[in-house]
Amino acid sequence: MTLAARPIEARPLMRRLAIAWEPYLYSAPTVILIVTVMLVPLVVGISYAFRDIQLLNPFSGGYVGLAHFRELWQDQAFFEALRNTVWWTGASVALQFFFGLILALLLNVPFAGRGLVQALVFLPWAVPSFLAGLNWAWLFNPVVGPLPHWLFALGILSSPENILSDPNLAMWGPIAANVWWGIPFFAITMLAAMQAIPADLYEAAAIDGAGPLQRFGSITLPFLAPTIAITVLLRTVWIANFADLIVVMTGGGPADRTQILASYIFTQAFKRLDFGYASAVSLVLLVLLLIYSLLIVALRQTVLNRS
Amino acid sequence: MRNFRLIGTVAHRLALLVYIAVALFPLYWLLKIAVTPDKLLYTEGVRLWPSHITWSHFRFVIENSDFPIFFRNSVIVSGSTAVVVTALSSLSGYALSRFSFRFKFWLVGLMLVTQMFPLVMLVAPIFKLLSPLGLTNSLTGLVIVYTAFNLPFATFLMQSFFDGIPKDLEEAAMIDGASQFTAFREIILPLTLPGIAATLGFVFTAAWSELLFALMLISGNDAATFPVGLLGFVSKFAVDFGQMMAAGVLALIPACIFFLLIQRYLVQGLTAGAVKG
Repeated sequence: MTLAARPIEARPLMRRLAIAWEPYLYSAPTVILIVTVMLVPLVVGISYAFRDIQLLNPFSGGYVGLAHFRELWQDQAFFEALRNTVWWTGASVALQFFFGLILALLLNVPFAGRGLVQALVFLPWAVPSFLAGLNWAWLFNPVVGPLPHWLFALGILSSPENILSDPNLAMWGPIAANVWWGIPFFAITMLAAMQAIPADLYEAAAIDGAGPLQRFGSITLPFLAPTIAITVLLRTVWIANFADLIVVMTGGGPADRTQILASYIFTQAFKRLDFGYASAVSLVLLVLLLIYSLLIVALRQTVLNRS
Repeated sequence: MRNFRLIGTVAHRLALLVYIAVALFPLYWLLKIAVTPDKLLYTEGVRLWPSHITWSHFRFVIENSDFPIFFRNSVIVSGSTAVVVTALSSLSGYALSRFSFRFKFWLVGLMLVTQMFPLVMLVAPIFKLLSPLGLTNSLTGLVIVYTAFNLPFATFLMQSFFDGIPKDLEEAAMIDGASQFTAFREIILPLTLPGIAATLGFVFTAAWSELLFALMLISGNDAATFPVGLLGFVSKFAVDFGQMMAAGVLALIPACIFFLLIQRYLVQGLTAGAVKG
């Protein structure tokens, strides 16, 4: 009856316009903020890559064409950072994934006190990244931390020294902190995906006499595969860009041995105030990430076509 | 067979114990050094608990340092960011969940793109754009930047919560003459309270932890947030381990409280997000 009380032609034009505009009104503040604070600076930043922009030099600001990129080609520190990025990302993602998957499997079994255990093992995820970095830097410090002494006692280190100041071992410091900090993320995602697997599949398999390993191989893994693929790919990009732990723990040192591209960009902008060069490195990183993503999409297509 | 199962259970519990120990050990060590008196720090070496404890580091940090200011700044920045982001993302998340409109595809695309490129790229241009506006070295500037950074993820999160609520509810209200906005405000929002709580928690924690933009945009102590203050402290007084760790423990408190509040939504919320895509 209420419908009949409001016939269509009684709705004025303004009201119909308002209805058509409604979704835009809801999303306008979000769009405006994202465009002005993220998209505009992105475009401006890309233009900086071709300009000479140094914060402390009032005469800078002119266009220099490809000069930054020529400089980049000669820059040993840049190529070192590129190698370090691959090493840092590969080791962190592999270890986080491995330990995260095991944790998710352990938590997917019902037992008394699971809620409490889950809260405790996921706690590192809540620790602010700068604090995780400082905390691990202190653990590796032989004055206040136990790790150098324990590693020495186990015979892994020849003397109880800070691995963060050893050029050959320093990268293991931020990687250890990153793995500790990132295991919960992988575990949470895997656990969520595992809980979506129908339980009767396992029951049927158990009735047919499949052991736990067989069930893992033929039910859990195939069901998890899409989640694993997406999580690992997104996480790879994210960790390649994640500079906090390195900036806090080593600042890229000793002798640039822990510098990754993201921390190199930050150092150029923050310490040397050379915004032009920082933007040129950023642009290279962006292109590399784009190539990586395109390769992944292409790989996915070939796999899909084959099956 | 029974023995086999028993061994399996014991191995399962032991493995979980190892995980708990590894997860908690660094935090335990932070607390331990924070309560160790300075003179015992060097003499007792790597003992698991000092022979006696002191709260003087905490007292010093709270009474004689700038940490209360950093703490207040961080609370203001993270709190305002969380509130603004949650309000705006519930609007945009609702638009994505309930309307089909021409630019929806582009809106989703825009938000996905912002999740893909490295934010560290924006450090220099954002500094250049904010400084003529007087928004560097200001808490407002930080709130604006953090709000934009967190909006895309928060929008998708809120959308997944709205998707879980049946459409019939507001359709019924609109047949009774309510406008869609009234239906959204009076009926749908109260039903999404868990989603709102989770979004608040996620965004608060993210803003509380942000380091690089805070370092770049803030230079003085007056507007420094906790990460900036703590790092400044570390480079200036690198020997006062007790005080630094006491400050670290204090920085941990709000993040842990928020985590405990939201952790039961974690697996649930991500399941919803994963299923809905």
